[in-house]
Amino acid sequence: MRFLITLLMALCPAAFAAAAGLEVPVIYLKQQEQQPPTLSNLDPPPADLGETGARLGLADNRTTGSFLGHSYSLETVAVPPGGDFAAAARAALARSALLILDAPKPALLAAAALPEAQEALLFNTASPDTGLRSGDCRRNLLHTLPSDLMRSDALMQFALSKRWTGLALITGKNPQDQAFAGALRQSAAKFGLEIAAERTWDYGADMRRNAAQEVPLMSQGLGRHDLLLVADELQDFARYLPYNTWLPRPVAGSEGLVPAAWAPVVEQWGAAQLQSRFQELAGRKMLARDYAAWAAVRSIGEAVTRTGSSDAGVLRRYLLSDAFELAGFKGRPLSYRSWNGQLRQPIPLATPRALAAQAPLPGFLHQHSELDTLGLDAPESRCGAFQ
Amino acid sequence: MTFAAKSLAALALSALLAPAPPLGAAEIWVTNEKDDTISVIDIATLEVVRTIATGERPRGITFSKDFSRVYVCASDSDTVQVLDAATGEILHDLPSGEDPEQFVLHPNDRHLYIANEDDAVTTVVDTETRKVVAQINVGIEPEGMAVSPDGRIAITTSETTNMAHWIDTQTQQLFANTLVDARPRHAEFTAGGSALWVSSEIGGTITVFDTATQAETGKITFDVKGVHPDRVQPVGFAFTNDEQTAFVALGPSNHVAVVNAETLEVEDYILVGRRVWHMAFSPDKSLLFTTNGVSGDVTVIDTARRQALKSIKVGRFPWGAALRP
Repeated sequence: MRFLITLLMALCPAAFAAAAGLEVPVIYLKQQEQQPPTLSNLDPPPADLGETGARLGLADNRTTGSFLGHSYSLETVAVPPGGDFAAAARAALARSALLILDAPKPALLAAAALPEAQEALLFNTASPDTGLRSGDCRRNLLHTLPSDLMRSDALMQFALSKRWTGLALITGKNPQDQAFAGALRQSAAKFGLEIAAERTWDYGADMRRNAAQEVPLMSQGLGRHDLLLVADELQDFARYLPYNTWLPRPVAGSEGLVPAAWAPVVEQWGAAQLQSRFQELAGRKMLARDYAAWAAVRSIGEAVTRTGSSDAGVLRRYLLSDAFELAGFKGRPLSYRSWNGQLRQPIPLATPRALAAQAPLPGFLHQHSELDTLGLDAPESRCGAFQ
Repeated sequence: MTFAAKSLAALALSALLAPAPPLGAAEIWVTNEKDDTISVIDIATLEVVRTIATGERPRGITFSKDFSRVYVCASDSDTVQVLDAATGEILHDLPSGEDPEQFVLHPNDRHLYIANEDDAVTTVVDTETRKVVAQINVGIEPEGMAVSPDGRIAITTSETTNMAHWIDTQTQQLFANTLVDARPRHAEFTAGGSALWVSSEIGGTITVFDTATQAETGKITFDVKGVHPDRVQPVGFAFTNDEQTAFVALGPSNHVAVVNAETLEVEDYILVGRRVWHMAFSPDKSLLFTTNGVSGDVTVIDTARRQALKSIKVGRFPWGAALRP
């Protein structure tokens, strides 16, 4: 590929001269949502979640661009709760064919379906919905946030490597909790682990006062298990489970040991530099959706740098080719799955204070890339739009 | 194994026969990133003979041309420390810019070119006046540093911008920026200065440039049997005296590649410790010492036989290595 670019530069210097002075506008389109109340207000989601990751990616791209005559910009558009996301996407597409979408699945599908979006390049940095990487995939929509199934596969690899084969699961009532629980069940089956008992969290009591009383009783009925899984994606109740269970068991999933695209405790492979750049910019720690937005903007930057083009079609082809690789501070090059547009990536398994492990774990093999032991592999994905 | 035992015996014997004065014995100095120390390895006995305290997170290490002083990047102390090479005593700090990671000493024995990893800057410091001579804006996460043998060109590689930045040492200005594969880590000119090699950790390659034109003339790729290409990550490398051969540390593949510097083909892979980073030769280049970050040891390689002889336990996360002859 490098050779090809060199060749192109040699053959058509005019085209390359045109590339110097290239403008690369990117629009960050955010669907604001009303979050349901949670039991604790200790750490609400940051208002700039995701968006600041994109801004860091912009800063990284701009530095590279300054040496190449490429100029990047990032504009943020926020759609208020209940607002018309598709209309905002249409307006954004009139200004740029490169959109970062921080929105739930229905809004993503509405934007991807717009006639104006057909030749555009859209990045999903917020929805972990596994269906978007399968039957509901869209040709113009890439995903930098790992799917629920990538995260649950990572956790199950860890459980299996520990021989924690007996599992129990407590699930919240939000759709996001249910989706993650579904992924946990699917992954448990994939790796031959058994979820022997399940409960739904529907207790109205205020756990800040009653965790010590309620949780032992509830978890007493779960029977024998090695690891207690919890699906509480909005961080409502799960924080009250550790140390209050009937049996002394570790907690994992949405709390305790958490599989995620990124965590503030990731520090190897140069990650400490990314963390400190983010901290300086945001005044807070970098979270998974920040990382996903950073990775999307950096993917655009890397593709522009290597192709010398800002055309969405050229960039999309390059991103999905074997030549593309993103240095994502996780110890291996990141790339996009050609069958569904998902960014292939290691998944850190983190506690609040340290990284416990990073999936794929040793011993989980794959004929092409061990990273494809996480989430939907080509034969499992029902996505046909990328053929 | 027999050979290893034999050569160790030979080494021990030669040490016995020619008992060099303790201060004159050749040494390898290794910075331990997570221990804030330097481990000093005696080349004759292949043992750690001294441990020297440094500032926080020591990484890059290099000696003055007469080997009387050693410079150490104390990254988290935001300084370059100057130590007396005989006593290990810290003499003074140099202003280095923020988070110095790696540096190179100009042939004039005076100017240090320092990569400031957190700051996207290369700082030039005069080691005599202890003043900053220049700061040059480069790409994000500068790391690899090199200077041409004639001293006219300095190189900084930037890990996130994926470039080699070419600095004119007369004007301290950039005159070229060349793209390489992802996460460039280390740069070296060949001894004649006609070529520049740059390793790319995530790209898994070494790019070779013609110094005169800054044009890419070749690319080295690696293939370690039984290791996924993603984990074959070239980092530090060094040339033998005749420049026929380069030894390349391949990070988490836990191997060092032996590359034919003419054909750019890999001739051998040598198994070493975990996440191999940087390296230094013995004075006659018959032995090569590699720092293995994750296993916390140094592997000694017989360069003629291309075999690992011994592992030497050092501190936590050994990073840089430098020869004191």
